[in-house]
Amino acid sequence: MKPEGADLRRRRLLTGAAGVVGGVGVAYAAVPFLSYWQPSVQAEAAAAPVEVDISKLEPGQKIDVEWRGKPIWVFRRTQEELDTLPKLNDLLRDPHSEVVTQQPPYCQNLPRSIKPEYGVMVGICTHLGCIPLYEPKPGSVDDEWLGGFFCPCHGSKYDLAGRVYKGVPAPLNLAVPPYWYPSESRIVIGEHQEEGGAS
Amino acid sequence: MSGDAKARGLRGWIDARFPFTKLWEEHAAKYYAPKNFNFWYYFGSLAIFVLVLQLFTGIWLTMYYKPSAEHAFASVEYIMRDVHWGWLIRYLHSTGASAFFIVIYLHMFRGLLYGSYRKPRELLWLIGMAIYAILMAEAFFGYLLPWGQMSYWGAQVITSLFGAVPGIGEKLMIWIRGDYTVSDVTLNRFFALHVAAMPLLLVLLVVVHLMALHEVGSNNPDGIDIKRHKDANGIPLDGIPFHPYYTVKDMVGVTVFLIVFALVVFYSPTMLGLFLEPENFEPANPLKTPEHIAPVWYFTPFYSILRCVPDKLWGVVALAASIFVLFLLPWLDRGRVRSVRYRGRGFKIALALFVIAVLILGHLGAKPPTPGRNLVARSCAVLYFGYFVFLWVYTFFDLEKTKPEPERVTNGSVKWIPQWIQWQRLEKAKREPERVSPK
Repeated sequence: MKPEGADLRRRRLLTGAAGVVGGVGVAYAAVPFLSYWQPSVQAEAAAAPVEVDISKLEPGQKIDVEWRGKPIWVFRRTQEELDTLPKLNDLLRDPHSEVVTQQPPYCQNLPRSIKPEYGVMVGICTHLGCIPLYEPKPGSVDDEWLGGFFCPCHGSKYDLAGRVYKGVPAPLNLAVPPYWYPSESRIVIGEHQEEGGAS
Repeated sequence: MSGDAKARGLRGWIDARFPFTKLWEEHAAKYYAPKNFNFWYYFGSLAIFVLVLQLFTGIWLTMYYKPSAEHAFASVEYIMRDVHWGWLIRYLHSTGASAFFIVIYLHMFRGLLYGSYRKPRELLWLIGMAIYAILMAEAFFGYLLPWGQMSYWGAQVITSLFGAVPGIGEKLMIWIRGDYTVSDVTLNRFFALHVAAMPLLLVLLVVVHLMALHEVGSNNPDGIDIKRHKDANGIPLDGIPFHPYYTVKDMVGVTVFLIVFALVVFYSPTMLGLFLEPENFEPANPLKTPEHIAPVWYFTPFYSILRCVPDKLWGVVALAASIFVLFLLPWLDRGRVRSVRYRGRGFKIALALFVIAVLILGHLGAKPPTPGRNLVARSCAVLYFGYFVFLWVYTFFDLEKTKPEPERVTNGSVKWIPQWIQWQRLEKAKREPERVSPK
């Protein structure tokens, strides 16, 4: 455009103002297009907490339940298995569960659970998302194996509290979902007790 | 590259490898459009805007839509109810379809008004007509996808039209449907055509349309050639660069369009059954025909022409001819001037009658037929085709009394704007002469 005789200051102001107003409009218009990719109301409903009956779960057994499309393990540890946990501390990356994102505060303890006997864990390897195998028998993975979870994809190892070993590709302990006990034999997976108490 | 100093930096790096600056200058910064564009010249850029809107909302809809007879209707309901902002994306798309036709019809009417299809813009007109034909196909395919009653029966009726072709009709119809009736297979292939084939063709043709336009240059409300008067640099005296002059003008157009568009999307997305027909909120039922089948408003003029002919084959021929005759316009009109401003009274009356005929046909096409309405539709169909016959006779035998065209473009009705700006400048100069002095 020809600059002669033009009021350049006013032109800059008008261009800037139009740009800002237009930009705000575009930003608002982008909201529906971006929100559209979020899980739909139906998907949100399907992600609701699930309730599990554990009355028939014997020591040494594990059941899988689905929550938000993820496999959740509920397994019952024997006293011998629980006794192995403190012995492994030196071999683990995060023996005291200091990475707070991997479990709710009420599970930041040695067995990483509310009741030491019952483990509840998201069965997804923290390396690249495979499902590790349940290998409770000592010696089943290697000679020093005291029982735990072994990922067949890239060889990551976890103990029976889902704590990751040193020297394997997985960086973090297995995640513990929020859960609580509405009664002795039932577990609600997917919400904390204080959330569930309200409903 | 133009004669300007070569760009440096990133722009220079790109220009050495890709004609970025060259394209920008040819199509925007140094594309000289006539300076007398008026209201009617908004609709070309608006059509592109609506196309982009349809592409975006359409792509977004395919993220949840399921093209199967079993799930299609429910998936649309799912988008409307459960997907975040799904209702908005869908209403933008459905309202966008009608907006597209409104914009295109006004754009085409501009062509009739100012003779934009005349030499040397015949090919430009043909490409535009091809875009219009593809757009009709695109809209038709898209209307089946919600799998509502009107979707289904509309597709049934329109695909049946091909059954009227002598000899191969029945086989052709089955080939198009991929089944003996409109079914899951038909839905699936219409989906493929609607979301991939037709949009690709549309975008390609729009690019070709623009290239053709920029080759011959834009027409203008005076219908005269601005390239006859150029300055020392070869720039038309009555031309102004498309950017920033018309980009800014078109932004105003887009803003006003969006205000009206948003009012419809938010307050009347079905437009009282005109944009989304009530029957289409009922899932398709192949065993029950709705009491009255009508296409969406943008097809109703042609549907009227089809229906008012009391013979299946000739009805289809009339329908096809009503669209095909538009392609011939550049060769039917042999008038001495292009713009309605300088054309004879006969042309003006004929064009007015043509518009009235199209509107009445459109109105009747949405209503159930009665003998009385058929009679009116037939008269309007005669007027419709009569326009083209009249235009040829009127101009071929040189019966038109034209007014002399001006040598240079005129300002039309907005003459007062530049005068007002000049007056303002003078007033300002009187008040503070030192600040306005030329630098």
